[in-house]
Amino acid sequence: MSTETLRGRPAPRRHPAEAAGVPRRRARLSLRQGAGRQHHAGPVAYVLLGFAALLSLFPLYWTTVAASTDNTRVTQTPPPFIPGPNLFKNLSTAWQDATLGKAMGNSLIVASAIATATVLFATLAGFAFAKLRFRGRNILLMLVIGTMLVPPQLGVVPLFMMMSDLGWGQQLPAVIFPTLVSAVGVFFMRQYLAEALPDELVEAGRVDGAHSLRIFWSIVLPIARPAMAVLFMITFVHAWNDFFWPYIALDMSNPTVPVALTQLSAGYVRDQSVIMAGALLGTLPLLAMFVVFGRQIVSGIMQGAVKG
Amino acid sequence: MAASTSTPAADLRPSGPGPTSGQRRRTLLHRFDIRAAPYGFIAPFFVVFAAFSFYPLLYTFWVSLHQVELSTLDVMSWKGLGNYTDLWQDDRFWNALRNTFTIGVISTVPQLLMALGLAHLLNYHLRGSLFFRVAALAPYATSVGAAALVFSMLFERDFGMINWGLNLVGFGDVDWENEKWPAQFAISTIVIWRWTGYNALLYLAAMQAIPRDRYEAAAIDGASRWQQFRTVTIPGIRATIVFTIVLSTIGATQLFGEPLIFGQGPNGVTGGADNQYQTLGLLLYEEGWRNYQMGRAATIAWAMFLLLVLVFVLQRVISRLASRRPARRKR
Repeated sequence: MSTETLRGRPAPRRHPAEAAGVPRRRARLSLRQGAGRQHHAGPVAYVLLGFAALLSLFPLYWTTVAASTDNTRVTQTPPPFIPGPNLFKNLSTAWQDATLGKAMGNSLIVASAIATATVLFATLAGFAFAKLRFRGRNILLMLVIGTMLVPPQLGVVPLFMMMSDLGWGQQLPAVIFPTLVSAVGVFFMRQYLAEALPDELVEAGRVDGAHSLRIFWSIVLPIARPAMAVLFMITFVHAWNDFFWPYIALDMSNPTVPVALTQLSAGYVRDQSVIMAGALLGTLPLLAMFVVFGRQIVSGIMQGAVKG
Repeated sequence: MAASTSTPAADLRPSGPGPTSGQRRRTLLHRFDIRAAPYGFIAPFFVVFAAFSFYPLLYTFWVSLHQVELSTLDVMSWKGLGNYTDLWQDDRFWNALRNTFTIGVISTVPQLLMALGLAHLLNYHLRGSLFFRVAALAPYATSVGAAALVFSMLFERDFGMINWGLNLVGFGDVDWENEKWPAQFAISTIVIWRWTGYNALLYLAAMQAIPRDRYEAAAIDGASRWQQFRTVTIPGIRATIVFTIVLSTIGATQLFGEPLIFGQGPNGVTGGADNQYQTLGLLLYEEGWRNYQMGRAATIAWAMFLLLVLVFVLQRVISRLASRRPARRKR
């Protein structure tokens, strides 16, 4: 089958070298070389980029430094730049004081559930929009895109009332259900499948008498897998970091990580190095994911998966 | 490929009275499948959206016409447009609106400009380009909570690193939390830090899709690098720029977590002792979950929605006007 790169929103034009199909290896989710890339970077570009990387990473580094000292050292000037000896002590204090253990478990459940559902529903809908013919397809797709402009945060008041009616007050389903789907995800999968899934395969399945769900299961899913993996990770990051609605819907006895972190700022914890240890703990799972899957996440975002 | 499997529909059903009726049933089923399956596939999206986004949005308006208290959510007494007239006369609303706007501008404009520059740099042929990209994206992995905690420490008045740096170069301490503009600047810094790299990657993706021959043509015409950037790159990524502006605008209107946590504790919800950085999101929360006035909170949510609509209409008009000019100049 033809190897296609994941394509992003701005409907980029195909570069001749690519259209000629030069490298046929698994080009699908790799960082694309060529196209608009022009000059080799000079030293100035490297210096500027190095500076940008420093600005990006320094706050994370400093969090680790502050988390490894103690309250007296953090609150002195000049501020510490080199790690101290107390990292593990502070981490365990923060773990207990901010109920981070429970929060981590909750966040894991919430983010996994949301990411799984989002990927499944987005692939289903993306397949339908990309390869199936039905009345009103274009209008419905426009409608999906239009929903991106309605931030779910605006409905928090009725949502809160709804959840207490359903008996989900302060329960995890309250933060899971409203975010089970993502318009961006649907659009992302549509773009991907429109290119990666040849029409002939779907038709061949039809000729063999397979019904649509069967075609979805045995033809679409295997082809969609790389894009699904990327969408899963990006949705996971968003769900893990989501704040406004979880802050309203949950309380401190049953928080997600970002909600639990507010306890650290709310004055219950006085030790600044412990606060930083908590911030570090809350970020660590996602940073680990970035270290392992950085390439995939970067290319996923570049191919058009965006804020959910 | 997995396409050539046995016909699944056939073995599901007992063969029935005769091959003809079985076949008819099968074609009927097949036609039903072709017709209905697409709607079934897109249904989950629309059902969830309708239940948890669209319906709440409409119901927000209904709630905003009532007085509802947090403790007695099922008791709604009709208030007509009372909440709206109250809001109109409420100084805190106008203050929050102004703050949302100013923080939105201070955080969005530099963010997108820096993202543009960063994308341009990343678009060079680079050694270690993956490292620079992942590094640029690292802040995006940091949750609002953690980022805001770290930055409020960096911006701390007495021992924060930023004041320490300012002292080194001869400036006095800045009270980043209690003074209005410094506080808004600090909050914007958190937003900028978290989202610049992300937007840069979106721009970079768009830049890489620009055909190289456009640059070559421009170079032949004698365009300098800067002119190429302005006449080839920027028009080439226009759609993405518009897209990021839309996303950032939505984000800026909803701003909540950064100021809340920056305000450390009781001051967070009110946006500082003098509401100097209270955004509409914070005011919504304060009315609903501090003052227990859900009707008022709904009114603020609806006002935010109208504000977004207004911004988008304006944005469309402006981009129409802006796109007309270069198009005419070309040919």
